[in-house]
Amino acid sequence: MSTVALPVRLQTPAQQAKTTPWRAVLDALVVMERNLIAYTRVPEALFFSSVQPVMFVLLFRYVFGGAIKVVGIRGGYVNFLMPGIFVQTVCFGSVSTSIGLAEDLQKGIIERFRSLPMARSAVLAGRTLADLVRNVLVVIIITGVGYAVGFRVEAVVGFLAGVALLLLFAYCLSWGFAVIGLSAANSETAQVMAFPILFPLTFAAGTFVPVSTMPGWLQGFAKYQPVGEVSAAARSLMVGGGAAASHVIGTLLWCLGVLVVLAPLAVWKYRTRTA
Amino acid sequence: MANAIEATDLVKTFKGGVRALEGVSLAVEEGTVFGLLGPNGAGKTTAVRILTTILHPDSGSARVLGHDVVHDSAAVRACIGLAGQYAAVDENLTGRENIRMVGQLTHLTRKVASERADELLERFELTDAANRPVKTYSGGMRRRLDLAAALVDRPPVLFLDEPTTGLDPYSRVALWGVIGELTGAGATVLLTTQYLEEADRLADRLAVVDRGKVIAEGTSEELKASIGATVLDLNMGDEERAKQALAVLAARWPREPVRSGATVELQLEGGARMVTDALGLLDEADLVPVTLAVREPSLDDVFLALTGHGAEGSEKEVTQ
Repeated sequence: MSTVALPVRLQTPAQQAKTTPWRAVLDALVVMERNLIAYTRVPEALFFSSVQPVMFVLLFRYVFGGAIKVVGIRGGYVNFLMPGIFVQTVCFGSVSTSIGLAEDLQKGIIERFRSLPMARSAVLAGRTLADLVRNVLVVIIITGVGYAVGFRVEAVVGFLAGVALLLLFAYCLSWGFAVIGLSAANSETAQVMAFPILFPLTFAAGTFVPVSTMPGWLQGFAKYQPVGEVSAAARSLMVGGGAAASHVIGTLLWCLGVLVVLAPLAVWKYRTRTA
Repeated sequence: MANAIEATDLVKTFKGGVRALEGVSLAVEEGTVFGLLGPNGAGKTTAVRILTTILHPDSGSARVLGHDVVHDSAAVRACIGLAGQYAAVDENLTGRENIRMVGQLTHLTRKVASERADELLERFELTDAANRPVKTYSGGMRRRLDLAAALVDRPPVLFLDEPTTGLDPYSRVALWGVIGELTGAGATVLLTTQYLEEADRLADRLAVVDRGKVIAEGTSEELKASIGATVLDLNMGDEERAKQALAVLAARWPREPVRSGATVELQLEGGARMVTDALGLLDEADLVPVTLAVREPSLDDVFLALTGHGAEGSEKEVTQ
């Protein structure tokens, strides 16, 4: 038997019990690190989450792309496609927020977190931040793949602004999907609940085909729903064409709306969920 | 000495109307071990979850080191450690990363948290596995890691929810040693258990919980004394003969005999004389026990006397 003693602290330092905003940030970063370590321990999950968007690039570039006519985009369909691929990839990535939280709830680690003097927001903030970091990695990979299949940006600054905008959008969306993760009984259910919401949002938008080719009744939805706005904004910023400013504003409004409504709902769900 | 933990009339009803707690009150003196004893579903875990601020009670109140668990929950969380029935550790992290993470979330610096992690890993014999993901750990190793993580901040009050359920005998004894050492250093420990032997051995005071209520409280000696009698165990060799012996004795015995497998248990209130009486009755029915033993009452007997049913896992049966 080891001889390491087990001391007991009989005083509680006063600052330990206080949750300051700075502490909340540090706690979120500790939880983020934990989630990122977990991603590296299951590399196949990261691999498959990158394979899927690569498949979509190849599918639309070489299989469907020939049948899709776009006008007003320099470089043709590949330049129309890639901003949509980025948007679709980060949106699908936000499902991992649902799955991750549902898994945590299932495994009882949240029970431990709830008994610790950490900021209550850290579990959610740490999860969404980790998914943001993951999205950054996937976007870098997809940029490389896109370049290989002929994607060329209008201006690097515009491209980076587009990436920043869609990462911000994906981060806000993560809070929405956090609500699903916290409502689901387990990670499988979370996934099943997320996709019926995700599919119409990502496909009934100008992600892969121009909205103008859709039936009239669908065009309004496709144009103004959150993913429609962010695809249009990202495309304008990355490859030019279209009214960038109005779509950027539309996207930012959606981001704000999602955060204002769904982030408090997620926090409330987290507080009240008794695991 | 002041009370480290105080609970008054805790009531908790879950969705669907399950009454988990129906007015539980407790007082645990600083530096002592308090045992919550009861079968599965008695409400032990619900009580622990309320005291550790994870759940809010429907009514009633509780304080840990003077801090209210509902209104001052942050202060409570700063002075408690919790090790659960199901090891709350992250499967994808290594043992070291798990303890360090909990340390950082209890607001130790990364450096101090890392140092403590190394000490605790050594203390709980996990040093060799320290850099392996927890998913490669055995059940016993996970439980040790879970406890180590609960101790990283050296909390003055510890909640251990069925800490030895599923542990091998060696690990169980080692854990008993750890609890003794912690209380020796001034910690207050509240543990729940289904193991009567464990409660008897570890706890300074006990509360017996059944169906959301405390049905008895005191030291294990007091509880045993409330039952009073010495117990005679008659091993009849097989269940059939034990059932016959139970029937013979039930008709003539002042306190209901109990059967557990092939053994019949009798309360001896009248002293040694009753042993010969019992053997005489059995002899008349041509039922001679294979072995017999006289012992002090166990907490299992206490439980049976208090609740009318045995503790979880006990197969005791009373004649109808």
